[in-house]
Amino acid sequence: MSAIIGSKKIDFSEEQGMLLDVAREFVKDKSPGSEVRKLLESEAGFSEPVWQELVDLGWTGINLPESVGGSGLGIAALIPVVESMGKGLMGTPLVSTVLAAELIRRAGGIAEEDVLEDISGGCAATVAYLDGSDWGGTNTGVSVDADGVLSGSKFMVPDAAQATWIAVVGSDAAGDAVVALVAGSDVTAQAQASHALIDLTKRASTLDFTGVKAQRVLSGDKVASAIRDYLLIGALLTAAEAVGSTSACLAGIVDYLKTRKQFGKLIGSFQALKHPTVDIYVGMEHSRSLVYHASSEIDDGPLSTEAEVACRMAKAKASDTIQYAGDRSVQFHGGFGFTWECDSSLFIRRAAWSQQQFGDAMHHRKRLAPLLLDA
Amino acid sequence: MSATETSLQNFQADIDKWMLENVPKKPGFLLPLTFLEVGTEQQLDFLREWQHKLWSAGFLGMHWPTEYGGQGADPAYQGIVDKALGAHNAPIIFNTIGLNWTGPLLLDVGTEEDRKRYIKNILTGEEIWCQGFSEPDHGSDLGNVQTRAVRDGDEFIVNGSKIWTTLGNYADHMILLARTDTSTARKYDGLSFFLAPMKVAGVEARPIRKVTGEYGFNETFFTDARIPASCLLGDEGGGWRMAMKTLEYERGVIAGQASAHSMQSIGLEDLMDAMHDFERDGAPILEDAMIRDELVKLAIEAKANSISDRRAGIPALNTDYPFGIALSNKYRHTEYARRLKMMGAHVQGAQGALFMEDDKAYMGGFWQRAYFANFGTTIGGGTTQIQANIIGEHVLGLPKS
Repeated sequence: MSAIIGSKKIDFSEEQGMLLDVAREFVKDKSPGSEVRKLLESEAGFSEPVWQELVDLGWTGINLPESVGGSGLGIAALIPVVESMGKGLMGTPLVSTVLAAELIRRAGGIAEEDVLEDISGGCAATVAYLDGSDWGGTNTGVSVDADGVLSGSKFMVPDAAQATWIAVVGSDAAGDAVVALVAGSDVTAQAQASHALIDLTKRASTLDFTGVKAQRVLSGDKVASAIRDYLLIGALLTAAEAVGSTSACLAGIVDYLKTRKQFGKLIGSFQALKHPTVDIYVGMEHSRSLVYHASSEIDDGPLSTEAEVACRMAKAKASDTIQYAGDRSVQFHGGFGFTWECDSSLFIRRAAWSQQQFGDAMHHRKRLAPLLLDA
Repeated sequence: MSATETSLQNFQADIDKWMLENVPKKPGFLLPLTFLEVGTEQQLDFLREWQHKLWSAGFLGMHWPTEYGGQGADPAYQGIVDKALGAHNAPIIFNTIGLNWTGPLLLDVGTEEDRKRYIKNILTGEEIWCQGFSEPDHGSDLGNVQTRAVRDGDEFIVNGSKIWTTLGNYADHMILLARTDTSTARKYDGLSFFLAPMKVAGVEARPIRKVTGEYGFNETFFTDARIPASCLLGDEGGGWRMAMKTLEYERGVIAGQASAHSMQSIGLEDLMDAMHDFERDGAPILEDAMIRDELVKLAIEAKANSISDRRAGIPALNTDYPFGIALSNKYRHTEYARRLKMMGAHVQGAQGALFMEDDKAYMGGFWQRAYFANFGTTIGGGTTQIQANIIGEHVLGLPKS
């Protein structure tokens, strides 16, 4: 077995299979194109009743242990759900919420079970991670004093307006990384400034935490690895969502190529359009394989090197693939593709957003290099 | 042999031992890396002897029926042998067109007589097979085959020419696609498929020199060559279906091949080995940021390829495009291999401009030759561009080009 290629594991459990079927149907039903368009203009960006249904299905606790009201199925079970939501461009704070749960679970202990119970019970949550635009920076600029009072602000906090709990990554007086658990209601409206995002199905804000007192502060030796794992799982879930969106984007291209005529011929018969479309397809399958491989490598413990490699590969491949798919979708739809009305606009915007979450393809390839080449 | 976990594990141990003792040492000449590149008698004799040795030991066509020279074993056994051949860097098993295309085709659709007549000699290497599909003017457009076969009593008279006939100058038989009827409404319906003898009057295979400077395939000329009508496989006019089936075996879409070791695989590990031998900017090449990124891209592609191959076996993860991964097999793997081997030449700096004949060429020009030779796989058996059409049309449902 070669060191540089490493594990080729890909598992797909019966539970994952059932979740994939259920989630696909759910998204198809709840997130048709008209609904996606309607929500673009809304303040929240998602439908409250649909969120409630999703909570009732148990999806906010799918990855969490049964002891806190979850299903105990781990991150692997989230992949088919998130992929399906990507396919339907469904706006929901689910990914932000489960990522917050993962960070809190990995950084905290038994004392944090009440927060996790809130989340599995349907309270939205999020992680305030970025200080600025650099995913590779330390991002611990928010300081947390001995009384748990925060100072500083966080950039692009996803779904912040909905969050009951906000896990703020910062540092204590000694300069060590901490995770401050802040109640969303403690952040005043004046301290929140929502962003105009490139992907209008998403919501994010800059939050100023100065003067906010955390409900509790997670510190100690688990914090650093929890943050690392949060970033990797975030990359993986973004990749899973991107794979879903890519498949929908591809289906849209194929539909157009099968119906649009120019020079008396269906444009899909032209190889200049057909062959790049095949490359989107192959890239999508490769991304999907890497995503499900990564989900097979993750368990409840700290992520292994194999898991890290898998998450980074999945994100790098899925990001470049969705970027290519969205880009070609606009181009191949011709004049129509250039319009707001064409769904290509949704896909290229999703692509641009997705590429920049949890580090772009170059960010991950750079980090893969030492893992693969210097071992 | 059934395939229990224990029996397979025991077999793995046996086969490793056998390989250590029996894989031949490198001879004093460069061996072909693929079956497309057998260019000298010296290489042929060496490879024929090696194939015979493997078969005699019972390790070739293990899952083929015993009455035709196989072992009647579970296919898992041959899989283990093939992996071991790769792992022990064994010379290729060269009679590929017989072993992997003709053999499975005959086991699938051949008559009992055909199977008895041909299959064992395919396995032993006694009879070499070649393929007569492509023609000088119709490389990728197989339906347009023009070589004529005209019935004359219990014979057909063949006229025309075939190109890229791998092993043609050494072959005893050819799977031949020829036109037996020029009047059909659909061009495909005028084609017939023959198991044609090569060593008859009127058949001449002329070796073609390749981009590597070596030989390995031929242009084959038929001039009033007479072949028995009993050589027909399937019905007269039913050749297209047989040809398509052959291509499925060739492209690995369906299983049944006698051995997967028709190419000595060159992987990223081999490229990593080369990394120890070069510098850039006065520092080890592996410290070069640009080189590192290219290697990581190749690693992602390699991993995605092999995990996708595995994913193809999980139906629940292939509901949107059920056969897409299998149908893109050739497209994905051969193009990846091309990029990998090109990189093998790039990393050499100025030495990358040397070729096999130069005694300062790195590893005897191994990477440059491998890169050039790889075009055999991105062109032969339906070019990459034809593969893209196939995927576009059959997987995505796009209109025909």
